[in-house]
Amino acid sequence: MEKSSENLAAEAVGGNAEAFRSLLERHYDLMYRVAYRTLGQQADAEDLVQEICAALPKKLTSFRSDSKFESWLYRVVVNAGRDLMRKRGTQARAADGWGDVEVMRREAAVEKRENLSWLTRAMQRLSPELRETVALVLGEDMTHKQAGKALGLSEGSVSWRMSEVKKELRLMAQAEEMLK
Amino acid sequence: MSDDLEKLAALLKEEVPPPSSTAKSAALDAGMAAFEKNSENIQGSANAERPIHNRTTTGSGFLKGLKDMFEKLTPRGMMLGTASFATIALAIVITQNYDFGKPALPVATRNAIAPIDGTEDLTSNTPLKNSFAVSGNAGVDQGPQITGTVADDNAPRQNDTQTAEAFVAPQPELEEDNRARTEALVAPGSLADSVTAVAPNTLMLSAPQPSVGGLMSTSGEGAPYIEAEPQTRDQFDGEAVSPVKATLDEPVSTFSIDVDTASYSVMRRSLLNGYLPNPDSVRTEEMINYFDYNYTSPATTEQPFAPQATVMPTPWNEDTLLIHIGIQGYDIPLAERPPVNLVFLLDTSGSMNSPDKLPLLIQSFRLLLGELSEQDSVAIVTYAGSAGMALEPTPANETRKILDSLTRLSADGSTAGQAGLEQAYALAEDMLEDGETSRVILATDGDFNVGMSSTEAMKTYIEDKRESGVYLSILGFGQGNYNDALMQTLAQNGNGTAAYIDTLAEAQKVLVDQIGGALFTIAQDVKIQVEFNPAEVAEYRLIGYETRALNREDFNNDAVDAGDIGAGTQVTALYEITPVGSAAISIDPLRYSDAEPLPEGNGELAFLKLRYKLPGESTSNLIATPVNEATQPALSEDVIFSTAVASFGQLLRGDTRMGDWSFEDVLEMAQRGKGDDPFGYRAEFMRLVRLAETAQ
Repeated sequence: MEKSSENLAAEAVGGNAEAFRSLLERHYDLMYRVAYRTLGQQADAEDLVQEICAALPKKLTSFRSDSKFESWLYRVVVNAGRDLMRKRGTQARAADGWGDVEVMRREAAVEKRENLSWLTRAMQRLSPELRETVALVLGEDMTHKQAGKALGLSEGSVSWRMSEVKKELRLMAQAEEMLK
Repeated sequence: MSDDLEKLAALLKEEVPPPSSTAKSAALDAGMAAFEKNSENIQGSANAERPIHNRTTTGSGFLKGLKDMFEKLTPRGMMLGTASFATIALAIVITQNYDFGKPALPVATRNAIAPIDGTEDLTSNTPLKNSFAVSGNAGVDQGPQITGTVADDNAPRQNDTQTAEAFVAPQPELEEDNRARTEALVAPGSLADSVTAVAPNTLMLSAPQPSVGGLMSTSGEGAPYIEAEPQTRDQFDGEAVSPVKATLDEPVSTFSIDVDTASYSVMRRSLLNGYLPNPDSVRTEEMINYFDYNYTSPATTEQPFAPQATVMPTPWNEDTLLIHIGIQGYDIPLAERPPVNLVFLLDTSGSMNSPDKLPLLIQSFRLLLGELSEQDSVAIVTYAGSAGMALEPTPANETRKILDSLTRLSADGSTAGQAGLEQAYALAEDMLEDGETSRVILATDGDFNVGMSSTEAMKTYIEDKRESGVYLSILGFGQGNYNDALMQTLAQNGNGTAAYIDTLAEAQKVLVDQIGGALFTIAQDVKIQVEFNPAEVAEYRLIGYETRALNREDFNNDAVDAGDIGAGTQVTALYEITPVGSAAISIDPLRYSDAEPLPEGNGELAFLKLRYKLPGESTSNLIATPVNEATQPALSEDVIFSTAVASFGQLLRGDTRMGDWSFEDVLEMAQRGKGDDPFGYRAEFMRLVRLAETAQ
């Protein structure tokens, strides 16, 4: 039977390299997914996840096996993303956009290109805080409570943020309607 | 409205580009390497925490961050997703232009990508502008709630320094990985080869002579045509073009000299890849100062340079004049130069691991060694993950030992810039003996990601260190991650120069041909002040030097830092002036202030003053000379050529005062001023101008 992530984490902390590798392999996609949705750039997301992987051995010592590994990991990714954003803030890059316009341009299928464009515009409207929230709530199908845990926020804050997201989308729709 | 939310959810799930397999395996490898290292540490000393360096997170940090965000929203963020809006953005700018009388920027893309420059109203009702502005704006609004409330009982945030080190550093980028990434960023086809090659391949533009030839070995075959500038993480701090000033309002113009050349190399790299450089990356004065000019040379080190002013008609505007100020620095004969201690601070972080970075750096280093003698010494400090000394201070003629240590360098880990910098400065101070100079030469691809994170903190540190008499020079490498703003700040505040090395030929120029200028400072804190005569000059504007402007009172204040001049280098500054009574006057006289009648003109246009300190001295010397229209020598080729370069820089910046001056005009003028051109630099410039004609 496959070992649970929590067990693997415990073994990794004990010095079992194989366990650590399986842990990384099993969760790479999850980390990448969340990172990508937060940052909007494939290269950034890949970089961030690599940093997380490199930092994980140290961090793992603080993982308590009575909690769920994935929940803990979500939080690690969210925090890493925030650190990156904050770092960019100090270097005046906080407003870095979401999405890759070149990828979008190259997309041959019209419908897909339009979808990508819409997604990019929507995500660009959202602040980094709202982006990380939708990355979890919409991207990972989390409840507001689960997302709150990963984000270090109360459930109510997540709900408020999601209403802000709706508001932004509505404003975007209105603005685009006016431009037509 | 929940429809939109559902759409967002569906697209978020669907549209995640699969991670590249190289990225995944690199991440796993990095994790495993860290795992092994961690196990070793645990076996060694269980509780050894890394020392925490000066934490710069003070209370004002957040507000500062906000301010920075507003001041420096980079165009890159704005660029994303603007494709579909470009036309509309242009239309809006034009409207504004009519409404508010702002000068029109001729380059459409520039308008489209830089809607926020601090002078425009963020809260404008224009729907489009909102859609650009919101992401920054909203982030600012909500920042405090988030960053303030993260109280974490888990490890990730227990130690700020630790997390910063862990997360923020750049990646070890495998070469393949790099290529894949570049491909992802570039328009159809691939730029990968030209990015990774040491000698940039020339792209097949419609230029008649596609080969760069001359100095560079080229191997470009079948490289694809690239239309748009690929998006990179290069960072440039664009300053607005110096405005036209009315002599009556502001008769005095003050600036610090700038001997950097980095901007030229960055521009060249863009053009060779087939696209126009980011206007923010163009610093006209650095392009001018890239070239060697043969201005009148001073005889001794006592007065280390002789300023020389030339007045001529402006090529791009028949109603104005140009004042061309050329300064030639004294060249120290090789035999007379003092011993020099060089501490190389080499970035060996993962991001340096592409052929145009670390390998090029090592090759450049070999060239430099040939120029040093046994009385000079060399030490190498590397930084990546942790800082370390790769070579103890060694006489420069022990070539084998030095080269051996170089070949052992390899790129891995993240960038521990601060620790490396501290170690390099400490070493340089140790090596300093009487009559010698020490210089830290930082070679990096631009990111200092660990430790002092902000440009500001880094600047303060370097300023402190400047007092110890150790200079700092910067060699920039690579593209895609280059932090031009940070490099500029470091070099300017470390009394050094910043050069950008993109090819071995450029290394040859900077480290061999101009070695004197790079290593031996003949004058420090060189400031120029020009007072214009209102009887002759109605308006003036300084071309370039936007990042080097000083306050009028700074000129006589010896405590204010300014640029240094190296042995044998030249500095050129150009003013475009509008004579009294000219048709080109753009600022109307005021209606409600008493305009005193102008005194009779005496033919004296301006009074040029220059302040400098001899190296190591703390009081400045003054050189002053009037600039007369009447007594002009015939235009030298150097003056003509440098003016052509100045006009090119302004065109690339999208300057509005160039009339119908075109790249073709630049070319024609450069041809007239080409002169001997023994190393082919000017010929190369002309090829670049031709590339600029076709790259749009």
